[in-house]
Amino acid sequence: MGISGENVLMVGVGGQGIILAGRIIGNAALKMGLEVKVSEIHGMAQRGGSVVTHVRFGRKVYSPTIEVGKADVILAFEKLEALRWLHYLRPGGTMIINDQEIYPLPVLIGKGEYPSDILENIQSKVSDTLALDALKIAVEAGNPKAANMVLLGALAAKLGFEQELWHEVIEQTVPPKTVETNIRAFDMGFERIKSPGACI
Amino acid sequence: MPKLLTGNEAVARGAYEAGVHFASAYPGTPSTEILENLAQYEEVDAQWSPNEKVALETALGACIGGARSIVSMKHVGLNVAADPLFTASYTGVNGGLVIVSADDPGMYSSQDEQDNRYYARFAKIPMLEPSDSQEAKDFTIFAFDLSEEYDTPVLLRLTTRISHGRSPVVLGERTERKVKDYSRNIEKYIVLPAHARRLHVEVENRMSRLRALAEKSPLNKVEMGDRELGIITCGAAYQYVKEACPNASILKLGFSYPVPHELIREFAKQVNRLIVVEELEPLLENEIRALGIKVEGKELFTRFGELSTEIVRKGLGMEDETSFKPEDNIPLRPPVLCPGCPHRGVFYQLNKLKAVVTGDIGCYTLGALPPLSSMDTCHCMGASIGTALGLEKARGKEFARKVVAVIGDSTFLHSGITGLMDVVYNKGTITVVILDNGITAMTGHQHHPGTGYTAKNESTSKVDLEEICRAVGVKRVVTVDCYDLERLGTVLKEEMSAEEPSVVIARRPCILWVRERERAFAVGESCIGCGACIGLGCPAISLLGTAAEINAQMCTGCGLCAQVCPTKAIVRL
Ligand SMILES: Cc1ncc(C[n+]2csc(CCOP(=O)(O)OP(=O)(O)O)c2C)c(N)n1
Repeated sequence: MGISGENVLMVGVGGQGIILAGRIIGNAALKMGLEVKVSEIHGMAQRGGSVVTHVRFGRKVYSPTIEVGKADVILAFEKLEALRWLHYLRPGGTMIINDQEIYPLPVLIGKGEYPSDILENIQSKVSDTLALDALKIAVEAGNPKAANMVLLGALAAKLGFEQELWHEVIEQTVPPKTVETNIRAFDMGFERIKSPGACI
Repeated sequence: MPKLLTGNEAVARGAYEAGVHFASAYPGTPSTEILENLAQYEEVDAQWSPNEKVALETALGACIGGARSIVSMKHVGLNVAADPLFTASYTGVNGGLVIVSADDPGMYSSQDEQDNRYYARFAKIPMLEPSDSQEAKDFTIFAFDLSEEYDTPVLLRLTTRISHGRSPVVLGERTERKVKDYSRNIEKYIVLPAHARRLHVEVENRMSRLRALAEKSPLNKVEMGDRELGIITCGAAYQYVKEACPNASILKLGFSYPVPHELIREFAKQVNRLIVVEELEPLLENEIRALGIKVEGKELFTRFGELSTEIVRKGLGMEDETSFKPEDNIPLRPPVLCPGCPHRGVFYQLNKLKAVVTGDIGCYTLGALPPLSSMDTCHCMGASIGTALGLEKARGKEFARKVVAVIGDSTFLHSGITGLMDVVYNKGTITVVILDNGITAMTGHQHHPGTGYTAKNESTSKVDLEEICRAVGVKRVVTVDCYDLERLGTVLKEEMSAEEPSVVIARRPCILWVRERERAFAVGESCIGCGACIGLGCPAISLLGTAAEINAQMCTGCGLCAQVCPTKAIVRL
């Protein structure tokens, strides 16, 4: 891992703060002197739909999107979305999952079933699966809205840029009033992955 | 250090650096942020127009008045603006005029995936197609110079991946420009047939000169590699090609219309196999084939949706390693009306009344999906009202008692008023519901003439919807609160049964636009699990066990569920 280049696919549900998190990763990579492309989808997706952001960085990046089976890391903000996008992961890749369930409307109205064994299913296929309860950690950090920063912290621990650099980028990206909470949440996500065997 | 900008931010920055004076737009994904960003520059007079036609006409006027002007819209917006587009091509410009079309291959948030490169050919204007954000900025600056030098509007064509893709951009300084002199010139700006006949000849001459320019333009780049395979490409497709076959010879067309024929002939001679990789329609491919050059294209790559590295790879017969299989049977996650969305109650009642609903474009199009399931048609912005009248014309007055057109406030002002006029003028009796949430919600909350604020957030005069409806001749105009389900039901029933045209203005601000929340609701002991509340399709309510549940974090306190609950089990916390 590290600066040789990464494909990070971020998946989740509209409104979870994925676009902001994607921008932070992009800016961190840019600060490392790497070439970066981030691809977002706006519009319909924001109304509670399934959303995906592609982040690619390295010495040279052409395509703004990651190919199926070529993501080095999937950062899943929601469990069902982790499963939906699993085929984007490369063999041997890393899956970071927020252990949170957001039921889509078909499930809420009894027209579909939310799979009960997502985590086990993914763990059986992907040996490098890391799960954490980002919402709980964010609440501990002081704001449930900072769950995206917890997940970002978890990813950062995997990517290997300096923690300082991330702090700088977060400071430059989020609203001034929220910097402290966001950095705290980021650090807690970071530590959670760094300390061995600590997931969930 | 370069900055990570989206293509839209880069276009705005490019226009700013090029000294743009005036910018207009009507919102539409994926183009919206271009004007939003331009509105932040003090030096730029930026405005939301009521629709794309007016946006283009205003930019045209500004450019005739000597200002550098830019107008942006989504692909289907250019259909609305097509009329002035075609004659602007004849009259040409004074200050530079750049028209940005953001297309949406793959239809991430659009009703079709038309290929607007056709418009450059159809209207006979030059077209530039950037492949990343740096190019988006550079091409925008070049577009202004090109426009002034060749006396033509210039089409800058983006796609979703360019508009909403971030990549590094080196910023420059703004070059201030004087607004050019204006003087009357009726032979240029009045398209009387006698003038237009001469102007058409000039347009053809201009196209030849532009073609000669495109032949030598640095925006059209040859990257010679392995001569076995030569690929001609443009826009986002270039990136997929580079990724899939880094060693191939490539001709990248950034100045893609008029097509540089000689450049292509030269390139074709140097490679063994010539392939065109372009998203959507085979425009370049057909033109190259018409030159008598052997070329492959759409037999290898789909014309549906966007391209990708893997599609290019597969089309070229390269092996793909297998990885995880996509899972089957994963419940879909369609977009939904938000908790507290004011549109919900209207659709709930229309569903109960078994209305035949002609829909329109906006958040409320989601009212078509289960469980609200209350829409019959939806075509394009403004279509709901004309379609409703047409249904009445086909099926008579009896049927019209069930016909309701629903249209958002922004859409009504965009192109609904003319339809309403038609209903009155041609003696229709249908009912129109204006869903007035006080903002253009779908595209991310932009102001419009009915909000009382400009694109720069300055207060301004505000259109009175009730007065407009009365002024076109509607006698029955009723306003209701979207959160008052019972009154909504009564009013809808009454207006539908009236044998004359009526307008119901269902009013409540978009819940994402007003920040304040009422206290949430919760389900009490007396819930019998009947599922009445589930029929509202609110993502804050679930019924998984024997009783309903409300997610207090998501609930905004609109209270619709409490109103439909037969056992009064739902109460405010
Ligand atoms: C010609 C055209 N221009 C722009 C759009 C993009 N667009 C889709 S919905 C919408 C606005 C909807 O606003 P409104 O009617 O107020 O409904 P709301 O989303 O607020 O419910 C726009 C601008 C489009 N689809 N077609």
